[in-house]
Amino acid sequence: MTAAQITATQPIQNALDQAAAGPYGAKPRHVSAGRIGLYAFLIVAALFFLIPVYIMIVTSLKGMPEIRLGHLFNLPGEPTFQPWLDAWLHACTGRDCNGLSPGFYNSVKITLPSVAISIICASINGYALTFWPYKGANLLFGLLVFGAFVPYQVVIYPLIIGLSSVGLFATLPGIIIVHTIFGMPILTLLFRNFYAALPVELFKAARVDGAGFWRIFFHIMLPMSVPITVVAIILQVTGIWNDFLFGVVFAGRSNWPMTVQLNNIVNTTTGVREYNVNMAATILTAAVPLLIYFISGRWFVRGIAAGAVKG
Amino acid sequence: MAENGTSVSIQDLSLSFGAVPVLHTLNLDVAEGEFIVLLGPSGCGKSTLLNCVAGLLDISEGRIFIKGKNVTWEEPKDRGIGMVFQSYALYPQMTVEKNLSFGLRVAGIPKDEIAKRIARAAEILQIEPLLQRKPAALSGGQRQRVAIGRALVRDVDVFLFDEPLSNLDAKLRSELRVEIKLLHRKLQNTMIYVTHDQIEAMTLADRIAVMKGGVIQQLDAPQTIYNRPVNRFVAGFLGSPAMNFIEGQLEGGTPAAFKTGDVSISLDRYAFDGAVNGSGACVLGIRPEHVVFGEAANSMPFATDAAVEIVEPMGSDTLVWTKLGGRNFSFRVEAEKTLRNGDPVRIGFDPARASLFDAQSGNRM
Repeated sequence: MTAAQITATQPIQNALDQAAAGPYGAKPRHVSAGRIGLYAFLIVAALFFLIPVYIMIVTSLKGMPEIRLGHLFNLPGEPTFQPWLDAWLHACTGRDCNGLSPGFYNSVKITLPSVAISIICASINGYALTFWPYKGANLLFGLLVFGAFVPYQVVIYPLIIGLSSVGLFATLPGIIIVHTIFGMPILTLLFRNFYAALPVELFKAARVDGAGFWRIFFHIMLPMSVPITVVAIILQVTGIWNDFLFGVVFAGRSNWPMTVQLNNIVNTTTGVREYNVNMAATILTAAVPLLIYFISGRWFVRGIAAGAVKG
Repeated sequence: MAENGTSVSIQDLSLSFGAVPVLHTLNLDVAEGEFIVLLGPSGCGKSTLLNCVAGLLDISEGRIFIKGKNVTWEEPKDRGIGMVFQSYALYPQMTVEKNLSFGLRVAGIPKDEIAKRIARAAEILQIEPLLQRKPAALSGGQRQRVAIGRALVRDVDVFLFDEPLSNLDAKLRSELRVEIKLLHRKLQNTMIYVTHDQIEAMTLADRIAVMKGGVIQQLDAPQTIYNRPVNRFVAGFLGSPAMNFIEGQLEGGTPAAFKTGDVSISLDRYAFDGAVNGSGACVLGIRPEHVVFGEAANSMPFATDAAVEIVEPMGSDTLVWTKLGGRNFSFRVEAEKTLRNGDPVRIGFDPARASLFDAQSGNRM
């Protein structure tokens, strides 16, 4: 055998040696039939659940004559954005025909302060419950968490009485207070669990350094709370934006949020039911929470997981 | 040890968490400039005691003096203490410099004074190049140095260390141990140091307080604690490899003798703690390094024949296991000695170096 022949057969020989010696190195990955089937099923399921979204989008871009043809799945023959403009500016809710835009601004006016106030209160709550335990702190925390399980219907009537007795029923501050109260249990739980997972020595070190309640909170704890605050913002923005019940009960006619306006547009039956406008209005209303989920889904999952595991 | 007055004085201190007592009427005086180590297994209350001194825990009974001032109800910042924690507890969003200066800024100390103190601490601990970094960008050893620096800049009389080296790997731990010792020599501050590591305790301490179940078992110089432990717990907790314990009977008379199985050990050279009162069950403790073997054993007051059972080479020396009076017994030989399982050996020791404990109470006899 010449040297060239030896070189040529060497890799084959190596492979044979390896086969004889059994498994070696990284385990080879095989694509099995089961795996292909699994992914096929998942993709089909995802497409199936996307059908309503597809229909909403194509319908919102069609004119009424085209919709009446009844071809639900067809792409729009003559795409038009008129339904979107109508939904935003001209659709009628009862007697007013100003579209959804006033509702959008109302929702912003309700959501922003509610989110800010509830998160500030809940983070202070969580911080105090974790690091400054006082007599009955655990009982208070238990009661607060229990609040998360109280059905809304039970407290609506007492709340109406309470708020109207101080003149806040059917006002913007009224609805903000309601949202803040109802956000408190879950947000406090979220922040308390986050702070409980921090090393308590951090708090002790700050105390040795002479910092008091507020200084430790603002200088040490709050700067560390960015991840959990993002989660809280997502939870609250989507929750409050999507709220219908409190909006319709407590906001008052002039402050009705977007969801209530949407309902009124869809349910106003004077003459023709404008499916394209309804679809556009629904997509517009859902846009804000959708956007939040898309931008910050990663944070959201992380925060929920953190809150769930560390009890 | 500087014998100029008491720095920290703990008087009749008790602490209970609810119905669970953690510390029992504990008394401890720490001299100025002294390095005291609180040593004990986890759950013995040593860290709790340190937290009480720091003012981070409210005590149930008793009082605490620091530098002659009753600080029992004082806030941590007003006690003149600096504290170093096991998990470093550096403020993660602040740079090293901000970490060091936080306490000083809280106290409203002028800027130029803060800068001066940080420069001094950074120089002592050699962390000048790290001042603008965040803690996340530091190694474990560097973080602990910064944590010590944070106590240093406070310009306090008493340093409290809560297992500061436990999170570090073995090599770094021994390096920082030496640094802490050098730091103490340089600063001459009072230091109270909590650890469960007996080597840290032995190497660092002027005096060690061995704790168990919220009670100080023995408070003494490291060598005394090592050679004359007051009870079986202290004897077993210190020393690696551990002390040999042989259960047997004490037989009174002159001289008294210790009997186990068919072995009798004369105790005429043993210094009893008080008078021997009659006979009774007791435990003889002898450290593996106090046992000699081979020819030298014959010059010892007690010597016997045994057979090697297991040999554990440790590099610097070798631990040999055999039987004495039917019980496991270990002794230490130089690493060069080659002993094999089954080899017959002659071993002996001086009972004066042994410790005798009452079998019931575990106290030294």
